[in-house]
Amino acid sequence: MSALDPREELARRLGLSSVPPVRFESPDEVQKLLAENDYLSDDAIASVIYLADRLAKPVLVEGPAGTGKTALAKAVADSLGARLIRLQCYEGLDESKALYEWNYRKQLLRIQAGRPEGAGSEEWHDLEEDIFAEEFMLTRPLLEAISASDPVVLLIDEVDRVELETEALMLEILSEYQVSIPELGTIRAKQIPMVFLTSNNTRELSEALKRRCLYLYVGYPTVERERDIILSRVPGISSALAEQIAQVVRSLRTIDLKKAPSVSETLDWARTLVVLGRSEIGDQDAAATLHILLKYQSDIERATKELLGRSRPVA
Amino acid sequence: MLNLLGDFIGELRAAGIPVSMSEHVDAARAVGVINLGDRSLLRATLGATLVKDGDHLSVFHTAFDVYFSIRSWESAEALLGELDVDQGESDGAAGAAGPGQSRGQGGAGSSLSAQELSELLFRALLDGDVNAMRLGANEAVSRYAGMEPGRPVGGTYYLYRTLRNLELEALEQRLLAGTLGENPDELAQRLAHDDVTARIEQLKAEIEREIRERLVDDRGSEALAKSVRKPLPEDLDVMHANREEMAQLERALRPLSRKLAVRLARRRRRRRRGPVDLRHTVRRSLSTGGVPLDLRFKPPRPAKPEIFVIADVSGSVASFARFTLHLVHAISSQFSKVRSFVFVDGLDEVTRLFDGVEDPADAVARINAEADVIAFDGHSDYGRAFTTFHDHYAKDLTKRSTVLILGDARNNYHEAHAEVLADLHYRAKAVYWLNPEPTSYWNSGDSIVSQYAPYCDRVIECRTLRQLEAFVGELA
Repeated sequence: MSALDPREELARRLGLSSVPPVRFESPDEVQKLLAENDYLSDDAIASVIYLADRLAKPVLVEGPAGTGKTALAKAVADSLGARLIRLQCYEGLDESKALYEWNYRKQLLRIQAGRPEGAGSEEWHDLEEDIFAEEFMLTRPLLEAISASDPVVLLIDEVDRVELETEALMLEILSEYQVSIPELGTIRAKQIPMVFLTSNNTRELSEALKRRCLYLYVGYPTVERERDIILSRVPGISSALAEQIAQVVRSLRTIDLKKAPSVSETLDWARTLVVLGRSEIGDQDAAATLHILLKYQSDIERATKELLGRSRPVA
Repeated sequence: MLNLLGDFIGELRAAGIPVSMSEHVDAARAVGVINLGDRSLLRATLGATLVKDGDHLSVFHTAFDVYFSIRSWESAEALLGELDVDQGESDGAAGAAGPGQSRGQGGAGSSLSAQELSELLFRALLDGDVNAMRLGANEAVSRYAGMEPGRPVGGTYYLYRTLRNLELEALEQRLLAGTLGENPDELAQRLAHDDVTARIEQLKAEIEREIRERLVDDRGSEALAKSVRKPLPEDLDVMHANREEMAQLERALRPLSRKLAVRLARRRRRRRRGPVDLRHTVRRSLSTGGVPLDLRFKPPRPAKPEIFVIADVSGSVASFARFTLHLVHAISSQFSKVRSFVFVDGLDEVTRLFDGVEDPADAVARINAEADVIAFDGHSDYGRAFTTFHDHYAKDLTKRSTVLILGDARNNYHEAHAEVLADLHYRAKAVYWLNPEPTSYWNSGDSIVSQYAPYCDRVIECRTLRQLEAFVGELA
């Protein structure tokens, strides 16, 4: 193959002295490392993380709420021993909160401190150079991730909450791993950080953003995987109970509910049952604790009727 | 590989998934760094680089299975193996190995009797053994599907024939009887039931895959891809959706309406300025010697339209009406008022069903049961419906009201009463007609679109969720 390895190419563009080593050898290794940090991935998740590292591209993680999108970024950070830098998105997030901000007060102090010697134009020039230095800048998460020299994982959480225009702020970082600051020039990454974006899909993200990312859809897990997740995250639970919980949750997800139970709610439910000292779920227990899984009264009523209601004709 | 990737992307684009040039490049690069022997890794790789929307994934998987079928995988591996062993003969040998292998499997299996096959499947389902299930599916297809080479079909009929002969019902009963046992709990019964259903679904999927693979062998990926290509949910024709597609549409609708509501609310908020406020500007200009340097604007007062939806809920157009009602009510905060009426040959107001309901889907479900829409024979009568509407509600129409009529204008040869619509048009701000039929069908048979069209501001073909969403977005 004549084409350059994507990592080498990026490293050259960023002016790094050497190509950073590949973090994961294979998808299997990803899966193993994540499992050590109590995150049970599947083939698709592990493959995409592996690719993200090999291609040096950000990952856009989408899926229903509470399926472990944020937890995935945390687990990756933990398994790499990297610092997690998190940017929580919200409506109205702007440059000064996401990228950087000049520290006006400190700049003012510097100007006042430098005044007494008499103001020549040359000195003013020096001063100007001086107050627009990195020393007077407050770095915000995006810039921090770029300029960090230790290993970091950048998590841009719930990116669908910001306005379309704000998304554009992130594009330079996502594709070039650099930030342009008018007064300072371009700050390039000192390493290639792993970047995760999560979205709950409340609005369509822009094509430009999607194009720059690898896409990972994290849906509800299969029964087997959910059982394993329960087993690994809830101490002291028997595998029979975990299996049964996973099955109940699967059945609930097939019913047309307003809000299907998420994995995190499943875990809450499992913990509750363990605290209650149950070894299996009877009708009574289920009816009494269903409100942990479901958050709408109408959902609870419907689920009670469907799961525990009149005997289904087993014709 | 690059050629195959190009073809595959061509197929994705044909199915409606937007794949950009740079995504193509990414995919090609990604393919370069992975181990190509791993099929699920390749699937994940192509999925991550080419598909950027969760709703498109099912279309992607279908296309992937056609272009990178397990069987072609095995023969490719055989090919690679041959290359290692003997460079010279590779081509011919691999060509023979691929089909020979599959035929060998079929041959070994066909010694099973019907009884044994059903036993094999039962065991496989009971243990959740994927390999045994695959073997069983292979056998079942050889036995029952009766596939004829060269026919340009997508395999739905073969699937149906195989499933019918397998008597899955009986299998399901056996599994249930085996797992249920003595536990009297409702919950346990329901769980067992769902578990069995899930396993049977798995078997069905396996059989469908097997049929696809054989079709690929028979006719090649490109031809088959065309036959099995499914439209994306938002491009499904609402009028002709089957039950499964309908469920898909229902699922797509809720996030769609939520997204639409968010988008409209944003748009409304962003319109910051109204028209120039002359009085205020002149007053400001006094401080600059009468020169209006600083323009002042009136606060924005975006007109929220009043919406009257009149929907035909008879037979085939009913689902379309339900989707539209759902969508309009889901974004009702964008309108100052929404009133809904449904009709067949009688007309009934259903606005109350939506009052205080959190989820429009609930209300829409109640329409069928509670609305009183049939006056005579239960065939839609637009003329009568408009007359009734005019008699009771026309006085409520103002210059701020927009009337939305949903239906195919198939009047069953009743009288049109277009003059009634003319009066409604005169009273209201605008009248829009959404027709779920393709334009080419309009005015054929008992469709009388053209008689009503002069009194509508626009008559719009609206067959898919995408079109519907675009229209409703414009409306608000």
